[in-house]
Amino acid sequence: METFLGLDYNVWWFLVFGGVISGYAILDGFDLGAGALHLFLKKEESRRIALNAIGPIWDGNEVWLVIGGGALFAGFPIAYAAIFSAFYIPFMVFLTGLIFRAVSIEFRSKEPMVWWRTFWDIAYCVANIVISLSLGLMLGNVAYGIPLNKQHEFSGDWLSFFNPFSILIAITTLSLFMMHGAIYLAMKTERRLYTKLTILAKNFTIFFLVSFAFSTLYTLLYIPHLSDKLRSSPLFFLLPALMILAIANIPRNLKKANYRFAFLSSSVTIAALLMMVAIEVFPYLLYSPTNPQNSITIHNGASSAKTMKILLIIALIGTPLVAIYSSFVFWTFKGKVKLDEMSY
Amino acid sequence: MDVEILARLQFAFTISFHYIYPPLSIGLGLLLVIMEGMYLKTGNKLYEQMTRFWIRIFALIFGIGVATGIIMEFEFGTNWATYSKYVGDVFGSALAAEGIFAFAVESGFLGILLFGWNRVSSRVHFFSTIMVFLGSMFSAIWIVVANSWQQTPAGFHIVGEGMNARAEITDFWAMVFNPSSVERLVHVWIGAFLAGAFLVLSVNAWYILKNKHLHIAKPAFKIALVAATFFSLAQLLAGHRSADGVSKNQPAKLAAMEGHYDSLAKADMFLLGWVDQKKGIAKGLKIPGGLSFLTHQDFSYPLKGLQAFKPQDRPTQVNAVFQFYHIMVAIGMLLIASTLLACWYWWKGTLFTKKWLLVFFVWSVLLPQLANQAGWFTAEMGRQPWVVYGLLRTSDALSRTVTANQILFSLVLFTIVYTFLFALFLFLLNRKIHHGPEDLHQTDEENENEMYTKRIIPILEGSTVTDGGNDKTLSSH
Repeated sequence: METFLGLDYNVWWFLVFGGVISGYAILDGFDLGAGALHLFLKKEESRRIALNAIGPIWDGNEVWLVIGGGALFAGFPIAYAAIFSAFYIPFMVFLTGLIFRAVSIEFRSKEPMVWWRTFWDIAYCVANIVISLSLGLMLGNVAYGIPLNKQHEFSGDWLSFFNPFSILIAITTLSLFMMHGAIYLAMKTERRLYTKLTILAKNFTIFFLVSFAFSTLYTLLYIPHLSDKLRSSPLFFLLPALMILAIANIPRNLKKANYRFAFLSSSVTIAALLMMVAIEVFPYLLYSPTNPQNSITIHNGASSAKTMKILLIIALIGTPLVAIYSSFVFWTFKGKVKLDEMSY
Repeated sequence: MDVEILARLQFAFTISFHYIYPPLSIGLGLLLVIMEGMYLKTGNKLYEQMTRFWIRIFALIFGIGVATGIIMEFEFGTNWATYSKYVGDVFGSALAAEGIFAFAVESGFLGILLFGWNRVSSRVHFFSTIMVFLGSMFSAIWIVVANSWQQTPAGFHIVGEGMNARAEITDFWAMVFNPSSVERLVHVWIGAFLAGAFLVLSVNAWYILKNKHLHIAKPAFKIALVAATFFSLAQLLAGHRSADGVSKNQPAKLAAMEGHYDSLAKADMFLLGWVDQKKGIAKGLKIPGGLSFLTHQDFSYPLKGLQAFKPQDRPTQVNAVFQFYHIMVAIGMLLIASTLLACWYWWKGTLFTKKWLLVFFVWSVLLPQLANQAGWFTAEMGRQPWVVYGLLRTSDALSRTVTANQILFSLVLFTIVYTFLFALFLFLLNRKIHHGPEDLHQTDEENENEMYTKRIIPILEGSTVTDGGNDKTLSSH
C-alpha cells in the first residue's frame, strides 16, 4: 500500500471526495435553500432579486457535484456503480429536479407574462425542494447502509429507501438548506426584502433545530452503528461539540443581524454533519447491514494505486486553481444584489 | 423490450439531445472571442452590440447544455454499472480531470461573461470570455479522450477474470494519447466550430433577408462566413485523418462504413447506396476501388472486409453505419461548396443580393448539427457489438440490478422532459432572434422597460401582498 504523509492513497482520496461533497453541500446548499423558499417571496421584484443573488454563481456551485461524481467514478468505481444503479429511481428524480432548476432560472426572465413567470416560479421552487429531499434521502440510505450481494450490487427493493431514518434525514437536509439559503439571501438583500428574509431565516432555523433534534434522537436510539465511533473516542467527540457550538451560533448571530457569521456557522454545521457521517461510515463507502462481508470499503471498491496517484496529482493541481478563480468570481459579485439590464 | 435495448436507447436519446448544445457552446464561444476581441481592438460600439446579443443566445444554449449534460455523467453508473466497474480506473480519471480542469473553469467564468459586463473592466470581461471558451474546449478534450479510449484502448492492462475483470491504467499519457484521440478530437472541435459558425450565419442571413439590423447583421455574417469557410475546408482534412485512423485501428468499422464484405476484393467508395446485410453486399453509385485508394493510394488494393470477422464481432447495423457515414460526408461537401460560393460572391461584391443563397444559409444551421449527430452515430454504432473495442461487449456492460421497467420509466420521463425543453428552447431562441440586438443608445432605464421589469410590476403589485415586516426590524439593520 503506497502512502503519503502516513495515510494510504485510498484514505486520501476518501478525504478529497468528502471535501468535494462538503463543498457541494455548502455551496449548492444555499442555492437550493434559496430556491426552496422562493415561493415565500411574493413580489415580482423580490423573486428577481433572489434569483439574481444566486444567478452568476449557482452554475459554478453545481460543478462541485460533477466533480464529486467524477471523483467517485475515478477513485471508487465499484461504489459508483453500486450506488447509482441502486438508487436508480430516486436519482432519476433528482436529475430531473436539476434540469428543472437550471432551466427555470434561465427561462423565467425571458417572457413578461404573469402566467409564464408564475409557472417557472413554481417549477423552480418544487425542483429545489425535490433535489434537497432526494439528496437527503440518498444520504440517509448510504449512511445506514443498503443490502448488497457478492458482486457488490444492490439486492434489495428500492421502496425500502423510504424508511423512517432516511425520511428524517431528507427533511433535515431540506431544513438545513432552507436555513442556509435564507441566511445567504439576507446577506445579499436590502430594505423590505431584507427584513422579510431575516424573519424567514429565524423561522427556518427553528424548522432545522426541530428536525435535527428528531433525527439525532432517532439515530441515538435506533441506529447504534451511526454513533459508536463518535462515542468511543474523546477526539472524535470534539466534532459534535464543535457542531453544537456552530448551530448555537446561528440564532445568536441572527439576533445580532450579523449574517456573515451566521452564514459561516451554517456552513460549518453542514461540513461538521458530513464529517460525522464520514467518520461513522469509514472505512465503508457503502455498508451492507444484511451481510457485512459484501460491503464496499475504500479498499475493495477502489481503483488501482496508480490511478489513485494520478487522481491525487490532478486534485493537487486542480484544487488551488478552482479555489483562486472561484474566489475571484465570488468577489466580483460581492455585496447586495442590484438589478441591471443583464439580470434575470 | 429487453434491458439492453432500452438502456442503449436511453443513452442514445439523452446523449443525442445533449449533443445539440455543447458544439454550439464551443463554436459560439469562439465567435464571441472574435467579436469581443474586435470590439476591444476597434472600440466600435457595433461590435459591442453584436457581442452582447450573442452572449444572450449563448446563455440560453449553455443553460440547457449544462442541464442535460449532468445526466450523462451519472448515466454510466445508473444504466451501465458493469461498464463503470470495468473502465472506472481508466475512464474515471479522464472524467475527473474534465470536472476539475474544464467544467469548473467554464462554469466559474460564465457568471462574469453573462452578468459581469458592468461589474468588471472590459479586459477582465474579455478574459472571462476566453476562459469560458477554453473551458469548453478542454471539456471536449477529456470527453473525446475517454471515448477514444473505448475505440482504441491503450495504456492499460486487464486485472481479474470473468465478472470481476477490469482495466487498470499502466500509463496515463498512453491512455490520454491513445491511437485515435488526437485525430478524433480535432474532428470533434471543428464540427463544433462549424455548428457555431452556421448558427451565426443563419440568424444574420435572416436579418439581411428581412432588412433588419443590417449594420450588425452584415459584419457578423462576414465574420461567421470566414470561420465557416475555413473550418469546412479544415474538416475535410481532419475527417480524412480520422477515417485513416479507423482503417488502421478499427477495420470492421471502416468496412461497415462502406459496406465492404469481401477481403480479397478492392474496396469501393460509395456516393449513395444501400447495404443488404443478409446477402453481404452493398449497391449504389460508387467509385470502384475508391476506399482502397484513399487508405492505400492504390485502386486495386484488397481491403479487409466484414467477412473476415466472426458474425458476433461485426457491427450489428451495417446499413445504418453506412447511411450515417454517408450523410455526414455529403453534408461536409455541401458546407464546403456553399461557403466557397458565398466567398466568391463576397469577393465580387454581390453576396447580399443573392437571395436564394441567403435563404439557404437561414436553413443551413441544421446541416452541421445533422453531420455531428450522424458522425457520432457512425462512430458508436460502428464500434458495436463492443462498448470497449475488442474487450467488453455492450451486452455485458449493463447494470445487472436495474430492471427493464425502471429504464422504461426514466426513458419516458426524459422523453417528456426533453420534448418540453426542446419546444421551449426553440420558442425562446426564436423570440430572442426576433427581438434582435439591443440598441445601446437607450438608457438602462428604457432598456429595462423594453425587457420586462416595468411592464410587469404594476400588474403584480395590485394583486399580491407586500413583502417584508415592519419598519422596526428594518432600522435594526
